[in-house]
Amino acid sequence: MTYQPLNLGRWIIWGGAALLFAAAPHLFPGGFALTMLTQMGVMILFALSYNMLLGQGGMLSFGHAVYSGLGAYVTVHALNQIGAGTFYLPVPLLPLVGGIAGLAFGLLFGYVTTKRAGTTFALISLGIGEMVFACVLMFPGFFGGEAGISTNRMVGQPFLGLTFGPGIQVYYLVALWCFLGMAGMFALTQTPLGRMANAVRDNPERAEFVGYNTRHVRFLQLVLSSFFAGVSGALSCINFEIVSAENVSAIRSGGVLLATFIGGVPFFFGPVIGAIVFVFFIVALSGFTKAWLLYLGLFFVLIVVYAPGGIASLILMQFPVIRAGRWRELALPYALAALAGLVALAGLIGLVEMVYRLSDQGVSTVLQLLGMSFDARSAPPWIAFGAILAAGLASLRAAARRVGERWGAIQLELQAQAAA
Amino acid sequence: MEFFLVQTLNGISYGLLLFMLSSGLTLVFSLMGVLNFAHASFYMLGAYFAFQVSAKIGFWPALVAAPLLVGAIGMLVERWGLRQVHKHGHVAELLFTFGLAYLIEEAVHLIWGRSAVEYRVPAELDGPLFRIIGSQYPIYRGFMMLVSVTVLVTIWLALTRTRIGLVIQAALTHPQTVEALGHNVPRVFMLVFGGGCALAGLAGVIGGNAFVTEPGMAAAVGPIIFVIVVVGGMGSLAGAFVASLLIGCMQTFAVSLDWSLAGIKISQVAPVLPYLLMVLLLIFRPKGLMGTREG
Amino acid sequence: MASAGLDPLSGPFANVGEQGLAEFRFTVDAINKRGGVLGGRKLEVIGFDNKVSPQESLNQLKRVIDQDIRYITQGNSSAVAGALIEAVNRHNERNPGKEILYLNYAAVDPAFTNDKCSFWHFRFDANADMKMESLTTWMAGQKNIKKVYLLNQDYSFGHAVKKAARELLARKRPDIQIVGDDLHPLGKVSDFAPYVAKIKASGADGVITGNWGNDMSLLVKAGREAGLDVIWYTYYAGGLGTPTAMGEAAAGKVKIIAEYHSNVANNKAAKWDADYRKQAPKGNPDFYFLRGKIMWDMFAKALNQAKSADAKAVALALEGMKHEGELGEVEMRKSDHQLIQPLYIMTLVKSAAKGGPKEAKIDLEGSGLAPVTEARLEAYTSAQPTSCAMKRP
Repeated sequence: MTYQPLNLGRWIIWGGAALLFAAAPHLFPGGFALTMLTQMGVMILFALSYNMLLGQGGMLSFGHAVYSGLGAYVTVHALNQIGAGTFYLPVPLLPLVGGIAGLAFGLLFGYVTTKRAGTTFALISLGIGEMVFACVLMFPGFFGGEAGISTNRMVGQPFLGLTFGPGIQVYYLVALWCFLGMAGMFALTQTPLGRMANAVRDNPERAEFVGYNTRHVRFLQLVLSSFFAGVSGALSCINFEIVSAENVSAIRSGGVLLATFIGGVPFFFGPVIGAIVFVFFIVALSGFTKAWLLYLGLFFVLIVVYAPGGIASLILMQFPVIRAGRWRELALPYALAALAGLVALAGLIGLVEMVYRLSDQGVSTVLQLLGMSFDARSAPPWIAFGAILAAGLASLRAAARRVGERWGAIQLELQAQAAA
Repeated sequence: MEFFLVQTLNGISYGLLLFMLSSGLTLVFSLMGVLNFAHASFYMLGAYFAFQVSAKIGFWPALVAAPLLVGAIGMLVERWGLRQVHKHGHVAELLFTFGLAYLIEEAVHLIWGRSAVEYRVPAELDGPLFRIIGSQYPIYRGFMMLVSVTVLVTIWLALTRTRIGLVIQAALTHPQTVEALGHNVPRVFMLVFGGGCALAGLAGVIGGNAFVTEPGMAAAVGPIIFVIVVVGGMGSLAGAFVASLLIGCMQTFAVSLDWSLAGIKISQVAPVLPYLLMVLLLIFRPKGLMGTREG
Repeated sequence: MASAGLDPLSGPFANVGEQGLAEFRFTVDAINKRGGVLGGRKLEVIGFDNKVSPQESLNQLKRVIDQDIRYITQGNSSAVAGALIEAVNRHNERNPGKEILYLNYAAVDPAFTNDKCSFWHFRFDANADMKMESLTTWMAGQKNIKKVYLLNQDYSFGHAVKKAARELLARKRPDIQIVGDDLHPLGKVSDFAPYVAKIKASGADGVITGNWGNDMSLLVKAGREAGLDVIWYTYYAGGLGTPTAMGEAAAGKVKIIAEYHSNVANNKAAKWDADYRKQAPKGNPDFYFLRGKIMWDMFAKALNQAKSADAKAVALALEGMKHEGELGEVEMRKSDHQLIQPLYIMTLVKSAAKGGPKEAKIDLEGSGLAPVTEARLEAYTSAQPTSCAMKRP
């Protein structure tokens, strides 16, 4: 037995998370915000389950939507059967059905995919994803074809007075399962299996030498991850009351990869941030601009190139500095860099939006931005936005160098202090 | 009989096109360990460039210019993108190309719109090449085969008979040694990446008008060429060749046979067959057809 | 008075959604200039991007509801339409007094006005079966058709086309041989040469297909290359890049069934069509959805008759409504909320400018291919019995 001190920080984080889940609908009132929050909850769970593969097991999958999607399909059938009176199960327990279905498909497909690791695993998962997607359209009897299968979540007797008709009840159901799933997945990282998954990710040869079958570890990790993916699929089924081919599509699989990576693969909480950002991009930003996909792609590429640890790593990097009480020294460089970044962003947005205005025939070529209007067919706005972008990038470069220098100096001093 | 012959020719011409695509991917993968997820996007770019150039000056200049342009873009991507992420490892490189695929698709939407563009087969290649009893075989299909075979023979000669080819081959297995001998390995990488992209671009030039040039063409062909790379054996050019022809013919014949199983015709499942083949192969021969390494 | 147009405004099908919205706005502007609805209120169409995804459509529907918009219109993809019908039914059941009305201008799965019919859904396009009914009525008189091949996309709409074609041909022309019947995966086939070789080997003189988008243009293109000499009987060869991709070689070979084309005789919408073209977005000049104009005109009329913006009152005014359309009288059938309207069989020929017949004045997408009328089928030809058991609130 080892001595384990009460980890106060951890309690604060988990308590805070629970509180945030409970308070979010009150902080952001309104029907649309609730829709978005519910989707964020589902996406958080999905991204975390994905990170069990990518972050903890080193398995880059391009077909994770298979497990959540098939879980959702089984759930929708279960829900319809409950509606038809074949059997009874309270709606709040449905995510378990999805989870078990995900797990079963994890056992089936995981057997094949985890035979290989690395790039080959990635390609096989892609192939399996395409295969399942094609099958969904091929067997409309079970999958409902293109249209998918619709359902009604208000079935059976109200459970503890809850009918799950109103969106707020669904939100709390999602929040509860999301929280439980988070706790479960975090607990898994602390088990020997979780640790072995890390070992297999970092150094498969050594893991083999120690006597572990790396394939076996990958397989177990994938099966468990597909359970949580299935739970998230079931939640999305309850939320949307429809499951369609899109649930297993490559777009979904790619989406969860984007979300997880943007959030931060090396950290348990990374995907949570990523899921929130991702849903914001997809649901909210797409209401403002048609170029949302381009912005998302650019954002992702920037993260890959400059911050492969994701947003989480950028945040966590600050803690040692804050703890040492030296953040004041960075405040000014950060503020300058942020300002330069905003200027560059404004220039970029202006250019991109104007390009979209020109290429899309349906809309006028006049761009409304910050209360001003620009005509994309005239030259001055192009020159102006181009200049803004160039100036922003140049100053960002300078500001970033300054941040880098300051940062390096502080790090050196902190290391020297630690050594002394 | 002539039905069988025509279908075989259809299968081979499609397979050769697939090989032009997968050969570039395989070369880059075996040399750099980078699986270029945006490979199919370069195929798409090739088609669009060819459309643009052939609208301005004609198809024949486009046949040369478009692949060169795509190759140049590929080199820029390698030099200013991939090389920056290289320090973060192969996963980061793969993800970089994954993001790049999104960006290229959006860029294509922006520049050329969202529906198909009118990229046509040139008049001199439009028409029947020969007739067998009732069926006719289009010249353009023959031209596609000719181009593919020419290019492949050229690559093979370049890899085995030229100095740079030997350096590339050596860098495949012993990059440090090659570096120590005074060769600029990063530049070799850049050339190979650009070359792979140019091959994809060329496939786009001849595939874009044979089929259709539209923003979804990359996503349509992408998964298939990845399957070919796995089935052939990661990093094996010969394997990719066999797998390409196999899958090309398999898909063609699946359509022409009227076999059915449990009420589902084999022609309906034709697009799933490559993936099934991949799964079966992984169970029984995890190395792939001609692969030498596992993992 | 706002209405929401839920259609793809980004992604691969954005051009389709934009086209619909542009035409709707043109129509709605005209209604507003005439004095609007309900004594001076203005109509407005707000676009919501559903990315042709059933799920995203429900997401956007929530948004529409949050903005207190009560009228939605959608057309692209029966998959989306099916999801929307169910969602609207659920919403209206759960939120009495805040009902939503759904005007469908292009999703043609027959089920929506049969088994899945809903009081809150109105369809202004002829459904897949009705179009096949008209098409086969015309084919029955074409004695040179001997052998046809059915090639369709493997999903609900493709299945509906295939089933209707088989049944109706067997009834109206039992002597026509169906020499082949294939389903191919939706949007996944890049090389149609094998299918074409198969059609050729079957000796078919015609191909009936519900294919749309690339599946349509690639098929005709592959047929042309292999020298396949057949007539294509289609639903959707008339727009969305297909005429461009097929090229002039398709002249005389492609038949389309639809409710409108620009070169139709006695066209009361001719001026409307021309006016639309003058202000149409560049690159997308065609006026495509006459049914869209009919839809908004009838909707405005229903609002005025109901003297209320309440969805239920408007629905009651709309069902059974007769309307003098530009090409003849149309009726919103009360029993299933299906618009009964005359349809046209058209042939794509070389436009007059390229040496075609002189009635082929206006070509499609500047492709040099122009539609000319082959036959007009009066509204009653396509009217079919319905299995709808409408539940009225």
